[in-house]
Amino acid sequence: MKPDALLYPAPKGLYCEIGDFYIDPVQPVDRALITHGHSDHARAGHGQVLATRETLDIMRIRYGDGFCGTSQAVALGETMVVNGVEVRFHPAGHVLGSAQISVMAKGTRIVVSGDYKRRRDPTCLSFEPVPCDVFITEATFGLPVFHHPDDRTEMHKLLTSLKQFPERTHVIGAYALGKAQRVIALLREQGYDEPIYIHGALQKLCDYYRGEGVDLGEIRPATLAADEKQDFAGTVVIGPPAAFSDRWARRFVDPLAIFASGWMMIRQRAKQRGVELPLVISDHCDWPELTQTIREIGPSEVWVTHGREEALVRWCELEGIAARPLHLVGYDDEGE
Amino acid sequence: MRAFAELLDRLVLTPQRNAKIRLLADYFRTAPDPDRGYALAAIAGTLSLATVKPAMIRDLLLERMDEVLFRYSYDYVGDLAETVSLVWEPPAGVATHDIPLGDAIETLQTTGRANVRSVVRDMLDRLDTSARFAFLKLVTGGLRIGVSAKLAKQALAEMGGKDVSEIETLWHGLAPPYSPLFQWLAGEAEKPVLSTPAVFHSVMLATPVGEGDLDELDPRDFAAEWKWDGIRVQLANIGGTRRLYSRSGDEISGAFPDVLEAADFSGIIDGELLVGGTTRTNRATRTFSDLQQRLNRKTVSRKMLDEYPAFIRAYDVLFSGETDVRPEGFLARRALLSDLVERASPQHFDLSPLVPFSSWEELDRLRSDPPDPVIEGIMLKRLDSPYTAGRAKGPWFKWKRAPFNVDAVLMYAQRGHGKRSSYYSDFTFGVWTEIDGAETLVPVGKAYFGFTDAELEILDRFVRDNTTERFGPVRAVRAEPDFGFVVEVAFEGLNRSTRHKSGVAMRFPRIARLRQDKLPREADRLETLQAMIESKS
Repeated sequence: MKPDALLYPAPKGLYCEIGDFYIDPVQPVDRALITHGHSDHARAGHGQVLATRETLDIMRIRYGDGFCGTSQAVALGETMVVNGVEVRFHPAGHVLGSAQISVMAKGTRIVVSGDYKRRRDPTCLSFEPVPCDVFITEATFGLPVFHHPDDRTEMHKLLTSLKQFPERTHVIGAYALGKAQRVIALLREQGYDEPIYIHGALQKLCDYYRGEGVDLGEIRPATLAADEKQDFAGTVVIGPPAAFSDRWARRFVDPLAIFASGWMMIRQRAKQRGVELPLVISDHCDWPELTQTIREIGPSEVWVTHGREEALVRWCELEGIAARPLHLVGYDDEGE
Repeated sequence: MRAFAELLDRLVLTPQRNAKIRLLADYFRTAPDPDRGYALAAIAGTLSLATVKPAMIRDLLLERMDEVLFRYSYDYVGDLAETVSLVWEPPAGVATHDIPLGDAIETLQTTGRANVRSVVRDMLDRLDTSARFAFLKLVTGGLRIGVSAKLAKQALAEMGGKDVSEIETLWHGLAPPYSPLFQWLAGEAEKPVLSTPAVFHSVMLATPVGEGDLDELDPRDFAAEWKWDGIRVQLANIGGTRRLYSRSGDEISGAFPDVLEAADFSGIIDGELLVGGTTRTNRATRTFSDLQQRLNRKTVSRKMLDEYPAFIRAYDVLFSGETDVRPEGFLARRALLSDLVERASPQHFDLSPLVPFSSWEELDRLRSDPPDPVIEGIMLKRLDSPYTAGRAKGPWFKWKRAPFNVDAVLMYAQRGHGKRSSYYSDFTFGVWTEIDGAETLVPVGKAYFGFTDAELEILDRFVRDNTTERFGPVRAVRAEPDFGFVVEVAFEGLNRSTRHKSGVAMRFPRIARLRQDKLPREADRLETLQAMIESKS
């Protein structure tokens, strides 16, 4: 069958008419399949939600018990039939619990990658290439300028700065789900064993990651009792990026602003945000990883969802691969 | 190159002066010779390297890359060197490995024109992304990392635990890659001995008159001079070599051929560089904005020289002929200086006149109402003071005229850096004027100091509670005739500006007081500021 008949973009998100379900819908629907727990993909208020156990747990942590009507945990690699459509979840390597969703009917297979990355991440399972007719890819970093360096080089910069500026508080902006825990885990891998202080917004998710067996070492809340005078000099503090421009950050002595994101590849981005030490750590593919993934999977068609679609579509054209942008709205291609 | 590249990356994003000095000093301590010397030269602007045109870099890239993909990338990044450094992919099989900065520069310096293309291509293939960026900035000429030669010298002083004046004195006698300098700073060798006598000598600076500073001092021990509003310079003619330096030791000879040509005496003098006529020709001294026309130029046109004639108002003499007269007292030096100026070209040199006074009160009155608009205050010099480098408290004082003040309305605020990164602490303010019949605020300046921590809390709260628009890190705040925030802005002077919409630019503006008692409609008008400029010229 034609891939367009199996899955197509509708106002509420990618829709499978035969199976009567949406994938990562941006508005409430009766039945939603969710790739991962980031809030632009996993929204509250759907009737039935199918996702990995971890993604369901994360949604519950973020939205509370009533985040949907009914939920069903899907095991990775297990085949499920939804109204005659074969559905399977495969690891995507993006954050804990993240999955690609493979949808197949009448011999045509489409893989919706969700957000994904290819490099090693101590906090989640690695991406698994799945052969398919149509590969739906994100393009958050879909420009040839994005070549993310090795994580260890980036962590080394941070450790050097801690030695060079031992009197300053090293405050790292990192998204609460995935990035924050990965930064902590990477620091631990590099042998940093001092306590790491976190913003309250990270507490529940860090606890959850730990419960899932991710080693985060000693974590303390970056809070002060009313009579306490601690200046956090020389410590590492992690919080959501917005918190650092907030009054919350005033408790730290001479803070050194750090941001862990793939966007930090671009100097002007770092400068605009007032970041002094950019750490290029991304939970998305960089350009070589996007193009290598497409080559490796070898789909007959590529659909590009969100990010910088035009460059990736152009690259596919040059490679002789049929490609088109899906123009889905509602996904936050800046949130990284 | 990698260590240098990392240094540049950090410097670009580090706003604090002391943090920059630490980053530089740490680099100078750890990088080997000659790399650190070439890095210093690149930062201080003393590196001579035939530059490569951006068009060639673009060509090299398009040999390998689809033009459409390049265009998307360039549009996104906005800077050619950065775009190329990011998108460049070495051919399969070429492994990146670091090229020492010194090797890269020496290779470029010895490469003939015909081979430049292939040498540059080869380096781009071998370097990693960050090093590639540093390399491209070097070869296209223009690091733009917010570090002055002065700051680099400060970092050298920090590295070696020396006084910066020692480095300034040596500076013009040394050349890249400065190995003897670094070996001395690292404690591995003796202080370099210059083959030619040093031409720049660190200047003597004054401390501001603080509360009560003069109470214990006898006016009879001091001479007073006007503090002229030009730029402080040192002019040397030693063994026939003539040089003009700014007070931090940057050579500015190229911009003032008229003054250099007229310097037919032998010695080194200290003075104020000004534009206009000397007292000896009975023509008026012109304002700082006129002097600005002559600054920062590599060459000067005939027309420039005629319209903006430069001269030096002499303050002091360091060397009379080949004799170091700095240990002499102020009065003895002044006698020598007076002789020297007497014999020099009357169009290009005059002697800074002494201001007679008998009490501090009298001097205070003179300071507040100086006889010439190009005077910005009074200098006090102990009669017996030798000429010593740096800013010691006691021998010389500066006593500035009171600043100008206007009431302006807060228009935009930007978040600060470092300690202030969670505060809106950089403020743009405006005054009223009529545009197309409507009362409108036009920005006239920006200030990020002058207020206390408690006042900053108040300003920050106002900004957060009254934001009307956001542009990245900048917020526009409510500024209406009957609602807004009035601040009293103090500043040292006004220049005409073509860059600012208001047509005026303030010098050294700061927020003197918060005027919560005033409504924006009571703030000053642009016409008031314009009149201040008119009265000066």
